[in-house]
Amino acid sequence: MEAQKKKREQIMIELCGVGKTFSTKEGEVVACQDVELAIEEGEIFGIIGFSGAGKSTLIRCINLLEIPSAGRVAVDGEELTSLLPDRIPKKLTLSGRLRRHKEIRAARKKLLGARRNIGMIFQQFNLLMQKTSLENICFPLIISGVAKKEAEARAIELLDLVGIPDKANAYPSQLSGGQKQRVAIARALATQPKVLLCDEATSALDNATTSQILDLLQEVNQKLGVTIVVITHEMKVIEHICSRVAIMDESKIVEIGRVSEVFSRPKSAIGRRLIFPDGQRTEHFTGGRSLRLVFDGESSFEPVISNMVLECGAPVNILYADTKVIDGRDYGHMVIQLPENETASSRMRAYLEEKKVRFTEEFVDDIQQ
Amino acid sequence: MIFSSSMWALFGEGILETLYMVLLSTFSAYIIGLPLGIVLVCTDRGGIRPNRPLNSVLGFLVNFLRSVPFIVLLIAIQPFTRFVVGTSLGSTATVVPLVVGSAPFVARMVESSLKEVDQGVIEAAQSMGATDWQIIWRVLLPEAKPSLVVGSAIAITTILGYSAMSGFVGGGGLGDIAIRYGYYRYEYDVMLVTVILLVIIVQIFQELGMGISRKIDRRSH
Repeated sequence: MEAQKKKREQIMIELCGVGKTFSTKEGEVVACQDVELAIEEGEIFGIIGFSGAGKSTLIRCINLLEIPSAGRVAVDGEELTSLLPDRIPKKLTLSGRLRRHKEIRAARKKLLGARRNIGMIFQQFNLLMQKTSLENICFPLIISGVAKKEAEARAIELLDLVGIPDKANAYPSQLSGGQKQRVAIARALATQPKVLLCDEATSALDNATTSQILDLLQEVNQKLGVTIVVITHEMKVIEHICSRVAIMDESKIVEIGRVSEVFSRPKSAIGRRLIFPDGQRTEHFTGGRSLRLVFDGESSFEPVISNMVLECGAPVNILYADTKVIDGRDYGHMVIQLPENETASSRMRAYLEEKKVRFTEEFVDDIQQ
Repeated sequence: MIFSSSMWALFGEGILETLYMVLLSTFSAYIIGLPLGIVLVCTDRGGIRPNRPLNSVLGFLVNFLRSVPFIVLLIAIQPFTRFVVGTSLGSTATVVPLVVGSAPFVARMVESSLKEVDQGVIEAAQSMGATDWQIIWRVLLPEAKPSLVVGSAIAITTILGYSAMSGFVGGGGLGDIAIRYGYYRYEYDVMLVTVILLVIIVQIFQELGMGISRKIDRRSH
């Protein structure tokens, strides 16, 4: 009981049965469906999927920029969806209606207040083009009633934090993409939010800048303890900063877990496609006799494959190999084709089992998907 | 073209009257047109406060007033003009139809300027917990300022054109001089001078508007 309570307190963002359906001229379009998520305080949580999977809609459901058609959203212990006008019960009497009207206004105010606790950054930065960096960072403070002097002092601190203290008086049009995103991050952090939502925040940036921005987000997470939710279609973003990941496909979350687990053993077809983007290349080599090996860092010092080849006296065909660093540990993936010879191939399987190398049978269809 | 000094005085008076009519009308037209344009943007589909019925009614009203030819409007609302200023003659009386005729146009100009503001910036402001008023005052209007200034230059020159028409029904200004002397009395040289003066005034306002807009726009530096 006590443990359960403690766990609940640590949850920063909770989505229960969240769904969103848009009605368009062509009929209803489902963007999100039955989403269950619990994001813990202080973690960097990634949501990955191909474009059109519903990620952007989902992240907008967290701060209710998009109003979910079903389900509950709670952030920092406050159930935000209960603040929506259509969730406040209708009244019949005149005095009841007046009271409801008041309740709706109070709820709206509360929702706007709650949004100040949830910063957000965007793919296109969305800075005010007619305002300087400093004024952009002051903006959320000014609209929440902070005095100008105080806001400016805070903005200068934030410019320092994001590493561009010399750009206070520059307009967005004078900044590079990476610098614009730094201003956007500073602006999102101005009201000292507990949550930072990142909607494809690095998708408009080149590789080197992406890394720098991701490093900055990590720093923000560690220094300020801000819970970060990252939406992306790039695996490298997830690998770089996330501790847990959810994979989204066709408006649903199909897989969720620690990045290291999902990375080494993707359960869903879409997960495999995201993690091994070049999987298709191996397709015409494999004939149902291939294995996917996963090295989890502990075994990577031993030359397993070479030893196996020597031990079993038969060659293997290496079709795909890659290593990635996640949470400071090396993870390797390898797809090998076993020899036609049944005895040799079963000896190899036994050898791998003995060496405790995780492997799964690979089929052509699986890789293609 | 040799004019007597009294004729030159008449031109001078005409210029002042024209400026008085045009600037007062533009100012008044913005008092009505600016809020109207803001409401049109906010209540539109995808706006910050979508309201289909209100948007349709206002949109229809604006289109209706804009489709009435100004010269017809000028005569049709004479009773209203008399009710407001006590007379339907002279430059002050002309301001009334000018405002009625140009406010819907101004509303559309404002609407198109505000629509240029990136939807993403509005979304960012919403994510920070901005109220609808804050979005209008602190995002929409400041971000659209350069475009609004260009719009106002266009509005001034359009109203200038309308004001010249009012000479037909006894309004004042350069248009009045052109019609009385040039058209009715065949003094084409007078007409030519008034037209040249109108061209110069249009040029000045247009260039001024574009210049200010360029100067205040922070997107191109």
